[in-house]
Amino acid sequence: MKDATVATTSPALPRPRRARRLDWRGTSSVVGFFLAWQLAVNFSLPGFTDIPTPWEVLVTFVRDFLFSANYWSSWLVSFQRVFLGFFLAQIIGIPLGLFFGTHATFRALVLPVFEMMRPIPPLAWVPLSILFWPTTEASIVFITFIGAFFIITINVFEGVRSIRPEHVWLARSLGAGTLRIFRRIMIPAVVPSIAVGMTLGIAVTWNVVIAAEMIASDSGLGRLTWEGYVSSTPTIVIVGMISIGLAGYLSTMIVDWIESRMMPWKQ
Amino acid sequence: MEAVAATVSETPGAISGHNLSKTYRQKGQEPQVALADLSFDFPAATLNVVMGTSGCGKSTLAKMLAGYAKPDEGNLTCDGKRITGPGPDRLMVFQETTLWPWMTVQENVVFGPLSRGGSRSEADAAAAELLRRFGLSDFRDHFPGQLSGGMMRRAEIAQALINSPSVMILDEPFRGLDVMTRELMQEYYVRLFEETRLSTVFITAELEEALFLADRIYIMSDAPGRIVKILDVDLPRPREISCLATRRYAELEQEALDALYAGREDLD
Repeated sequence: MKDATVATTSPALPRPRRARRLDWRGTSSVVGFFLAWQLAVNFSLPGFTDIPTPWEVLVTFVRDFLFSANYWSSWLVSFQRVFLGFFLAQIIGIPLGLFFGTHATFRALVLPVFEMMRPIPPLAWVPLSILFWPTTEASIVFITFIGAFFIITINVFEGVRSIRPEHVWLARSLGAGTLRIFRRIMIPAVVPSIAVGMTLGIAVTWNVVIAAEMIASDSGLGRLTWEGYVSSTPTIVIVGMISIGLAGYLSTMIVDWIESRMMPWKQ
Repeated sequence: MEAVAATVSETPGAISGHNLSKTYRQKGQEPQVALADLSFDFPAATLNVVMGTSGCGKSTLAKMLAGYAKPDEGNLTCDGKRITGPGPDRLMVFQETTLWPWMTVQENVVFGPLSRGGSRSEADAAAAELLRRFGLSDFRDHFPGQLSGGMMRRAEIAQALINSPSVMILDEPFRGLDVMTRELMQEYYVRLFEETRLSTVFITAELEEALFLADRIYIMSDAPGRIVKILDVDLPRPREISCLATRRYAELEQEALDALYAGREDLD
């Protein structure tokens, strides 16, 4: 048996996490973008007459926003809504998806209603949500929840359906009971699908919360941006847009981190 | 056949099937007859190789032996007891790796004993011994995705052996490995078998592999699969790859080829 052990190749190196570092091409592309923006405003190209320059935006941001408690509370409020809705969507969506995947009767009874509701865009829920929930806050969290809920449920359901039967068979042959198979085989097998649902869900959640804030709320980053428009202050609009972009990016990073903790075997 | 069975009657893992048939029916599709009236006796302590072309129903047979599929008709027993479902006495190595990717090699190997209420320390000790024997000691904390194809195969065999199965079922286990690794794995399994005499049902589509490994080859016809020829491979053990160059090997190969082609003509 000795010589057979010699023939082992070295194990594959752990895959590095996605690196998003800028090289010189990336840097020049970003610099070029801001330069083009600056020039477009300087030469008053069509559509750019009311737009502030990047420099003006930066100055306004540092002067009026960077040290404003109001501004940072907008961040906090939007983040709370996003993560509360997102969290509830996981708490309810993951078990529901698992049930869909494992209980034929439950699926036959509940899936039709689920599929009937799924195509309704989250924002279409805004009016009804405001009527239904006692506070605006609750209705916005609910809409955010809707944004992530269907995605996560469907992904978990698909994840259960794509479990390789051999993975379950083997566990059964080895004498594992139903509970052990569920905990040690089914759940980990579905984790990658949960991760996909989370990545998609967090993106939708930000989309939804911003629109919902513009429509229904008096706080949050969406509201801040909208107020910039209403008060004809495009500088504020752009500060708001950039803030929302950063907030989304930050959330994606948090979710990525959680996912990497959930799947140590994929690193 | 009786002679073989008599000398090894204490060793478990004798499997026999009588008049087995299996038809797959799916809505909107023609029913597919995988097996029809298949009978065989696989003696214990023997390396039984089932050989046939792809789609002849050998995988269906393997699933039945492991208890994952039920025959529509017929009787299938292991050591005289009817096979009704999966069990740790009949463990299978599948065509594609079934190591659970989210468990380390170690966790994969001890899963069986722990599932049946075994003690952690005993399972760990047994796993350490097996992994050492299979040259995987340094990889016990690796995930399967970090292993080469040959290492995965060895980890799977360790994962099965720790449960002391009566019979190992291997369904084209070395398919998809590169030629070098494949040859090494064959030598590996031959030596394991020669040391332990573990009852084995080995399924393959490759004649060379069949002849190198087998005590006895069961050649199956195209679907619906039936055994058309039983070939006793009397090449001496312990076997080395060099036995492929002997006159006796060439004779056996010719005999097997004749049976395979005869099976073909029947169907034309």
